[in-house]
Amino acid sequence: MEYSEKVMEHFVNPHNVGKLDDADGIGEVGNAKCGDIMKMYLKIENEIITDVKFNTYGCASAIATSSIATDMIKGQPLSEALKLTNKAVVEALDGLPAVKIHCSVLAEQAIKAAVKDYYDKNGIEYDAEMFKFEEHHH
Amino acid sequence: MKVYADNAATTKISKVALDAMMPCFQEFYGNPSSLHSVGQDAFHKVRDARNIVAECINADPNDVYFSSGGSESDNWAIKGAAYLMAKKGKKHIISSKFEHHAVLHTLNALEKDGFEITLLDVYENGLVKVEDVKNAIREDTALVTIMYANNEIGTVQPIREIGAVCREKGVLFHTDAVQAVGHIPVDVKADNIDMLSLSGHKFHGPKGVGALYCKKGIRLPNLIEGGAQERNRRAGTENVPAIVGMAAALKDACDNMEENTKKLISMREQLIDGILKVERSRINGDREHRLPGNVSVCFEGVEGESLLLYLDLMGISASSGSACTSGSLDPSHVLLSIGLPHEVAHGSLRLSLCEENTPEEMEYIIEQIPPIINRLRDMSPLWEKIVKEGNN
Ligand SMILES: Cc1ncc(COP(=O)(O)O)c(C=O)c1O
Ligand code: FES
Repeated sequence: MEYSEKVMEHFVNPHNVGKLDDADGIGEVGNAKCGDIMKMYLKIENEIITDVKFNTYGCASAIATSSIATDMIKGQPLSEALKLTNKAVVEALDGLPAVKIHCSVLAEQAIKAAVKDYYDKNGIEYDAEMFKFEEHHH
Repeated sequence: MKVYADNAATTKISKVALDAMMPCFQEFYGNPSSLHSVGQDAFHKVRDARNIVAECINADPNDVYFSSGGSESDNWAIKGAAYLMAKKGKKHIISSKFEHHAVLHTLNALEKDGFEITLLDVYENGLVKVEDVKNAIREDTALVTIMYANNEIGTVQPIREIGAVCREKGVLFHTDAVQAVGHIPVDVKADNIDMLSLSGHKFHGPKGVGALYCKKGIRLPNLIEGGAQERNRRAGTENVPAIVGMAAALKDACDNMEENTKKLISMREQLIDGILKVERSRINGDREHRLPGNVSVCFEGVEGESLLLYLDLMGISASSGSACTSGSLDPSHVLLSIGLPHEVAHGSLRLSLCEENTPEEMEYIIEQIPPIINRLRDMSPLWEKIVKEGNN
């Protein structure tokens, strides 16, 4: 198993690590099986993600995907952030080893969970289908 | 600083072993089965190596068979004994929960083939209880196979006592001594061992070579069929340089064992004391009945692969039994077998030392670990929860 330079770059110096005390949406997801946890904090103004921070407990690829995924949604409208797929994250990292793909799914789900939390807190209506996470098998 | 602390995974080949091997490539390159003098020179090299290996474990040289390593020896001994005894209607095998996969997966295969397997508990301290072995033995027990020392947590099993129980009950006893031979005294006669696996690359010998000790009179069926090498028991032209290198490395390890052990235990204790200063850390397995060079610890709220890779960036090579490093999404079966919860096993770190390590290197490791742990805990949502719960 080998990580790309991009993964190592984000693992060694992850971007957007931390918490937002005044977050508008917080999402926490976990991989029940390997036990990893990702927590995403979003600051949202006018449907735009103005700030984002994360906390992750997991392997190098979990940390790297958290880092690059938060980069990818920062400054984006919510509609764009919701379109972020784990595939796009993997591509942005120049690939992940096959056994590590599930770590990138965590990032996609954490963002969605945080947006859902924001919608719920603010009574904004949404299509529940959007937040149905597929079962991922490894 | 560069510190290699993963000697349980594999070791650097020693100068002594390398020097012994080199002439085997271009000078003693003959086939030991050939009758001409070039072949006979190679034959003598293998014979001498067998004598050395035998002496190191107090075996008769005729009972030592060279193989391709620990995995082959384990497969050979266990499958061989199983099929040998099945002919007498004995199809029950006793082993432990934390054996190496070379043993466990072999047992899985036998189970599919109609054998019944009992895996004994190893308890919190990582030690098999002799009483449990005694109680598990039945009329139809074909074999007991218990490892000499565990590869992850380094606990050393009461092999002599287990062997005595097996002798008393007339049951075959095999031990995977891959992590023990060359590190702690192993004596097949005093330890009541019928079959023993060892591997060259765990004591500064080459990889891909090992041996099986099989006591005279046990007509173990062959695993590898073919030519008449190894007295008709294991076919294939001998890997002369590897066999010679393994023997030289083992002799060196055994000749210096006392001195090495002293040095290793002192470094091990230094390292354990230093590491356990980290909040919410713990040692895995019995602290005393442990290989001289094994340090196995867990840090709560930290994931092992990340820890490993940050250590690597600081020049330290170690290993972890975390789910994320296993590629299987489950933490190592060894850590689960001693009762660690998944999330604790997830934060495991194994540092395995050899006599070439230094106290200065231990100090370096002790300095490097806490900032990495802090950094990982700072970004860990799990650590946040642990701290909160701890304060309640
Ligand atoms: C306890 C134990 N048994 C068996 C093996 C397998 O040995 P080898 O790598 O020589 O096949 C190892 C080493 O990985 C081990 O530590
Ligand atoms: S987070 Fe466990 S394998 Fe990536």
